[in-house]
Amino acid sequence: MEIPRDKLLEIYERMVTIRKFEDRVHDEYAAGRIPGFVHLYAGEEAVAVGVCAHLSDADSITSTHRGHGHCIAKGVGVNEMMAELYGRATGACKGKGGSMHIADINRGMLGANGIVGGGVPLACGAALTAQVQGTGAVAVSFFGDGGANEGTFHEGLNLAAIWKLPAIFVVENNRYAQSTSVKYASAGGDIAARAQSYGIPGVTVDGLDLFDVYETTGAAIDRARAGEGPTLLECQTYRFYGHYEGDTQGYRSREEIEEYRTKHCAIQRFRDRVTEQGLLEADELDAIDAQVADAIEASVEFAANSPFPDASEVTTDVYVNYEEAI
Amino acid sequence: MGEERTMSLGLAIREALHQEMERDASVIIMGEDIVGGAGSDEPGAEDSWGGPMGITRGLVGKFGHNRVRDTPISEAGFIGAAVGAAATGLRPIAALMFIDFFGIPMDQIYNQGAKLRYMFGGKAKVPMVVRALIGAGVNAAAQHSQSLYSIFTHIPGLKVVIPTTPYDAKGLMISAIRDDDPVFFLEHKTLLGEKGPVPEEPYTVPLGVAEIRREGDDVTVVAIAKMVNVALSAAEILEAEGVSVEVIDPRTLSPLDGETILDSVEKTGRLVIVDEDTPRCSLATDIAALAADEAFFSLEAPIKRITAPHTPVPFSPTLENAYIPSQERVVAAIQEVVSV
Repeated sequence: MEIPRDKLLEIYERMVTIRKFEDRVHDEYAAGRIPGFVHLYAGEEAVAVGVCAHLSDADSITSTHRGHGHCIAKGVGVNEMMAELYGRATGACKGKGGSMHIADINRGMLGANGIVGGGVPLACGAALTAQVQGTGAVAVSFFGDGGANEGTFHEGLNLAAIWKLPAIFVVENNRYAQSTSVKYASAGGDIAARAQSYGIPGVTVDGLDLFDVYETTGAAIDRARAGEGPTLLECQTYRFYGHYEGDTQGYRSREEIEEYRTKHCAIQRFRDRVTEQGLLEADELDAIDAQVADAIEASVEFAANSPFPDASEVTTDVYVNYEEAI
Repeated sequence: MGEERTMSLGLAIREALHQEMERDASVIIMGEDIVGGAGSDEPGAEDSWGGPMGITRGLVGKFGHNRVRDTPISEAGFIGAAVGAAATGLRPIAALMFIDFFGIPMDQIYNQGAKLRYMFGGKAKVPMVVRALIGAGVNAAAQHSQSLYSIFTHIPGLKVVIPTTPYDAKGLMISAIRDDDPVFFLEHKTLLGEKGPVPEEPYTVPLGVAEIRREGDDVTVVAIAKMVNVALSAAEILEAEGVSVEVIDPRTLSPLDGETILDSVEKTGRLVIVDEDTPRCSLATDIAALAADEAFFSLEAPIKRITAPHTPVPFSPTLENAYIPSQERVVAAIQEVVSV
């Protein structure tokens, strides 16, 4: 599957945006400028970007507690994202959601999700809307190796399979569910193989290889749009930071992390391949790096200079309408 | 004027479903066995159930399988799918069968459906209806007889509706479907056969407006679901003793029409709450707290709560009858507060 040049540039820009956004959030969080719980996506960029490169605003995704990467890949702006993390009124959710609930429903981003596996049925619902209305849209649910052990995963796959919903289930197997190894927690080891139980394709993907993710997802989306039903993709990947910011990570070695950062970095792999094959020039990639760095800097300035929500906003947006609220 | 048309509460709900599905193509309905017979080769299998009470029978023939869907027994899957579908443009009605089953899809209800709008800063809406049966009285025992509406009333973002007359059932169902927030529409299984007048044309009964079922001056009785009928018959008995009882049916627990309740308490000075649910952290407790906060100086007697005991619902008829608040208990409570 050949990727058009413009798309390659967009893919690189989105991957670098995720990386630099997360690196900066790591610093901002450490400096005490971001409240709450934060889970960073750095290292897993090829999955979100390789999948979302196929999607338009009409297509939906559901995400996880580690949702910043999915937002950026789906086209959510970094200013409104950083402002949301800062808890400001200009944030994507007006400061009401924060990192774990960041969303942009107009772009088909149905939210990060604080509940492991929580997004799987929601994606089935978005796919159901597409099917009932015949829009041709698809829905993608991202979740982790931990999410694949939730009941919602099994219920969602079964429902999508019997109804042939236009859904793609993307497991981001980063090897650790919080501190617990997938080797301990996932019976059978092979998450993609669980698809067989539901009579749908299950594919293991090198989630650190943008091209593998892009091609495999493309086939799954074609299948979904053709009315042939859902696909399960297990993207094997790795997170560079801890489960959450502040995680001391006693469950994995510094050497392991360093090896992934230096030898298996998805962005470096992409860069090496496109320059070696003469698809893109190093200069233009460097220029993107510089642009993204500026955009991230600007997002921090935007967030830091934005007002906090007025305290009166605590009671708004609970309902569309609620007469005589008590 | 011809004779007033009457029908059962269950059929009034069915008529509301038909009329709204006809009016709005974005309304779909799904749930376990709401059609029945899916996947069976048996002649006549299709539509053999229409849900556990037959209410949804006939929908599939009119609206087709794209909009009328049997689901697997998979509550987290299809309730969650209803949330996702609602957030992306449909108006799903999901039939949970018995409210007792809420434990399985609860995350999709209270962490997802109820909260999406708030968490997303008002940019999402989740216009869905969850239908479920509530209530004791048919010896269905501990896992098919609970009321549990207080749990959903507790969750910000959800609305909770309980019709007690066929007229209200149709009008409240139409309102619930047209409402842009997630609504729990709870049907007391012993009220589904109640008959009453139901106009043929579509109409709405607003959410958040209580109905004074009987006017009175001496005591206010707020009764929920089937307890409305118990309170009304208690009021009849007490009328003979010269006690004038006002009976209020909240109809919707969220929003709760506190104003109607408080106005009545200010008038009568006495409040009895009759609730088939268990007593702790319940609607009965909530309404008592409301009156204590807002109408304390109007009260001439202690507030009385008549509820089920703090136990699971028992099976044996003698035990279940002891569990459900009785007319005798309601009469005694009213006599007690009016004697102060």
